[in-house]
Amino acid sequence: MPAISMTVNGEKVCGEVEGRTLLVEFIRNNLGKTGTHVGCDTSQCGACVVHVDGKAIKSCTALAVACDGASVDTIEGLAQNGKLHPMQEAFREHHGLQCGFCTPGMIMAGIDIVKRKGKKLKEETIREELEGNICRCTGYHNIVKAIQAGAAKM
Amino acid sequence: MSDTGIGARMQRKEDHRFITGKGRYTDDINLPGQAVGYFLRSPHAHAEIKKIDTRKAEKAPGVLCVLTGEDAAADNIGGVICGWMIHSKDGSPMKAGPHPVLAQGKVRHVGDQVAVVVAHTSAQAKAAAELINVTYKVLDANVDPVASQKRGAPQVHDVASRNTVFEWELGDKAATDAAFSSAAHVTTLDLVNNRLAPNAMEPRAAIGSYDAGEDHYTLYTTSQNPHVARLVISAFVGLAPEHKLRVIAPDVGGGFGSKIFIYAEEVVCLWASRRAGGVPVKWVADRSEAFLTDANGRDHVTRAELATDANGKILGLRAKTIANMGAYLSTFASSVPTYLYATLLSGQYNIPNIYAEVDAVYTNTSPVDAYRGAGRPEATYVVERLMETAARELNMDPAELRARNFINSFPHQTPVIMCYDAGDYSASQKKAMEMIDYAGFEKRKSAAARKGKLRGIGFSNYIEACGIAPSAAVGSLGAGVGLWESAEVRVNPVGTVEILTGSHSHGQGHETTFAQLVSDRLGIPADQVAIVHGDTDKVQFGMGTYGSRSGAVGMTAISKALDKIEAKAKKVAAHVMEASESDVEFKDGSFSVKGTDKKMAFGEVALSAYVAHKFPTSEIEPGLKEGAFHDPTNFTFPAGCHICELEVDADTGVTEIVDWVAVDDFGNIINPMIVEGQVHGGIAQGVGQALTEAVVYDEGGQLLTGSYMDYCMPRADNLPSFRLDFTKTECPSNPLGIKGCGEAGAIAAPAAVMNALTSALGVKDVPMPASPQNVWNAMAHLREAAE
Amino acid sequence: MYEFEYHRPKKLADAVKLIKSKKEGKLMSGGMTLIPTMKQRLASPTDVIDLSGLGNFGVSVSKTKVTIKAGTTHAEVASNSDLKKAVPALAALAGMIGDPHVRHRGTLGGSVANADPAADYPAALLALNAKVVTDSRTIEADKFFKGLFETALRANEIIKQVSFDIPAKSAYSKMPNPASRYAMVGVFVADFGNKGVRVGVTGAKGSAYREKAMEKALSADFSAGAIAGLKIKADDMNADIHASAEYRAHLVGVMAKRAVGAAK
Repeated sequence: MPAISMTVNGEKVCGEVEGRTLLVEFIRNNLGKTGTHVGCDTSQCGACVVHVDGKAIKSCTALAVACDGASVDTIEGLAQNGKLHPMQEAFREHHGLQCGFCTPGMIMAGIDIVKRKGKKLKEETIREELEGNICRCTGYHNIVKAIQAGAAKM
Repeated sequence: MSDTGIGARMQRKEDHRFITGKGRYTDDINLPGQAVGYFLRSPHAHAEIKKIDTRKAEKAPGVLCVLTGEDAAADNIGGVICGWMIHSKDGSPMKAGPHPVLAQGKVRHVGDQVAVVVAHTSAQAKAAAELINVTYKVLDANVDPVASQKRGAPQVHDVASRNTVFEWELGDKAATDAAFSSAAHVTTLDLVNNRLAPNAMEPRAAIGSYDAGEDHYTLYTTSQNPHVARLVISAFVGLAPEHKLRVIAPDVGGGFGSKIFIYAEEVVCLWASRRAGGVPVKWVADRSEAFLTDANGRDHVTRAELATDANGKILGLRAKTIANMGAYLSTFASSVPTYLYATLLSGQYNIPNIYAEVDAVYTNTSPVDAYRGAGRPEATYVVERLMETAARELNMDPAELRARNFINSFPHQTPVIMCYDAGDYSASQKKAMEMIDYAGFEKRKSAAARKGKLRGIGFSNYIEACGIAPSAAVGSLGAGVGLWESAEVRVNPVGTVEILTGSHSHGQGHETTFAQLVSDRLGIPADQVAIVHGDTDKVQFGMGTYGSRSGAVGMTAISKALDKIEAKAKKVAAHVMEASESDVEFKDGSFSVKGTDKKMAFGEVALSAYVAHKFPTSEIEPGLKEGAFHDPTNFTFPAGCHICELEVDADTGVTEIVDWVAVDDFGNIINPMIVEGQVHGGIAQGVGQALTEAVVYDEGGQLLTGSYMDYCMPRADNLPSFRLDFTKTECPSNPLGIKGCGEAGAIAAPAAVMNALTSALGVKDVPMPASPQNVWNAMAHLREAAE
Repeated sequence: MYEFEYHRPKKLADAVKLIKSKKEGKLMSGGMTLIPTMKQRLASPTDVIDLSGLGNFGVSVSKTKVTIKAGTTHAEVASNSDLKKAVPALAALAGMIGDPHVRHRGTLGGSVANADPAADYPAALLALNAKVVTDSRTIEADKFFKGLFETALRANEIIKQVSFDIPAKSAYSKMPNPASRYAMVGVFVADFGNKGVRVGVTGAKGSAYREKAMEKALSADFSAGAIAGLKIKADDMNADIHASAEYRAHLVGVMAKRAVGAAK
């Protein structure tokens, strides 16, 4: 089994994986970070979105071994010294979550949108950019508001 | 109003764990030594099982055990049940076929569970499952609910001839027929209410764990009602008595009805753990498995008729519905197309005569049961599509036709059981029309036409019955359980409070709203209140969360328990302050003695209750803990008016919703932020039904929409932002004056969309979902006219 | 997923050597199709050779020509500022593939080699008269897409890059499948001035193809009106629950007209 190492939320981690081990499986099972979720098996729902080398990807559609040496950021790494990330804060303030299952992926996607599109986001842009994230609870209304507000504060 | 009391737009207490990745869903739980269960499922829609050879699989690496239906029968593992008895017109009981936890003799839908493999890892279990050799005799499949009743259709269950589970009726047939024969106008619609997959984002999962030392079972499961799961698994499956079975539903990632039901996989994980020698067995559905096995929703084929007089006064309504139950009767399946559907066919209107017939049929498809709204979206779709169509046929404004027929005195007894207790339907329609600028619609339509777009507007004036439900009433209608709720209030010596509730939160925000109720009543901050739910070892019993019942029923139970807390605390306070109990007042979190400056904070009284130094314990027991069971006296009747405005691209058939207003009457509102969120989500699911979603099987019973590649979930760019407002008539049947709000959006939305769309296209009907293709097909007449 | 051995060569030559030496090896670029397929147990390679270590990515734009290396992600194609100026239609197309997360990993080479009948790039490659350069030869787009998931690539052949001449103007118009968001019909129109107009269509048939009657009409008159009267035959169009053959044929016309109208 290949041994891999990566930096997850700023910490060096390593482990042995099979070739077929998905990044999300490594994060959840090997590292015990269960905030990254799996909601589908066709790379569409986005519950598994994490950042690899600064870019949002679907961790259910990446081999862990292919991320050897990478820097990975998950939902657990966003809050710093007990202070929530502005995007996390915005989701709470604007009721951008209900059951919470899609939320980590939504927050990670939201931050990625800001990285690519800037802090001033139009509603239409956010809706388009959320193509890869499915929520069943909120009707997206408050997610869009939360990302818009979170972006402005980033 | 305090920052954390009733009516406050308080941020959710539960959010911190979810936004930091610390939620604890079933799949996040791993028990020591845990093994993995993998289900081998039927590739056929309908087949006899001739033989199952598991020998190779049992010897495969890592395999602990392989179990089949024969093993279940040998171990006396009962099947899962349908808990609501419906009787046919002729008085005969419904024909429920067996629903074994692993198939016995026959498979009845693609995905039916045939065997389970328990192995150390998921990969081992999957690999071993490929070594199981099942010999099938493939049978013709029965997929179309209408054809299923025809002679010669393949029989799903021997017990149900012509695949008919029941032929049920409600209302006065003769009187209704008479009303139709005297009518000036009759509107007829043939409607299909499309089958939907609930798609909570967290797929179902279960961990069964058997403790041989204690002969005790623990089940972690994605459930909306863990106590009912325990009851069914004990009383019907017979796996363990209730005191030997603990069911825990931790954080649950959405339910929408699909996690009410007791599923075979939960039972099998428990049983397999025992068979594997006490190794915990975990099963997590992937999305493909969810599409094959989660109970679906809707799936009605209906002919509906509305009789009116020359002035547009409604004389009667008739509906004949065929309801597809799928291959097995799921837990509450039989109640959905009957008492949750036909009892709402009066809508918001004075309809003197209503007659409904419902035939429930088996098909070789996955089971159908309650999905957000459960029966009420189907009823609203019938009534509101009829109203809109009748208005067009009568050349009346649809708003005017509605207004002419609104019920405006209460209580109002409909001809179909329900007694509406309060409402103001004119108020919500009037407000919604103002918000959307109904008068300005024609101008907007012309402007759209100049851009080549067809613009339409559609109303949906829904009513629903929720806050289910009075136990004796549902019992008389066939329910196997009572639908009360329980609560326990535990006040700690320092004055903090734990609420144990039988309601279950899987997105609804109970940890916040229930705490707001306590904060409001006891005058303590909401952060001093903890809500405990979802564990049968902690909460004594509960009926769970569905049918928009957690507020009206669950919170009322808490409120009643709080009454008892207050009463006892008053007694304690009276002794401590050496006053007469009748002179003690409780307000804003403190007890005071009338006409004096004596005062005790709630926390001080709590401490006194536990210290028990200053009152006679022969009269007053120490401690401060009270429980209550609340059985509602009526349903609650939320109602409102949703108006959808949309534009259709005539070239492509793409529909874009450009505006949405919703004016709902939920009575008093505990937390407007949360209520708005419920409405948003409900509308989105209703729009999904109208525009994007459908479960589709081919003729052989293979599922064509088995993943998100083909089942179209609404995405952010399919939806607009919604404009909401509220009107208020307090609900008289509970002390909080609240009505349910969780399902309203999903109930209202489909009719609003389809009324708008048919108005835009100038057609009578478009099949749901009105996908670009279906809309384009529906525009054939426009293209012909243009040519 | 079945187990396999994972390789991540650093050089193209090593990748070629590896794929040739393995019994049932499979090349992986972004993995956006291969990984889901393996997860469904529909593919069971003995070895996966990950090409992401080759460092073969980047877009270069000269006065007349664009070259995109095979490992370039859709996101990089979509956001490349030179390409956005030279062939904005292609950058826009890349920005319509999958979703932002998929675009961060999926690559042009992977998409082209997979030749999904509903993928976006094949329409562009056909319309742009692109050349697919592999480790051993150059294949014209016209000869590259052979059928359903079928290309002219030999077993073990690896795409290095794709290049094409910059058209005078072009546009891509796409009607996505409502569920998967793949192209139900996508039409790429490229106007090469006196060298004529090329129209690539994806999603409509078993393989991407050129709509030659449209090309002829548009070469004479590059306007939506020029193709308004053209009837597209539904005979060999794809049909599924989302779009019948007739509807697809209709959409080919609509998307083509929109692309012509939007071309720049």
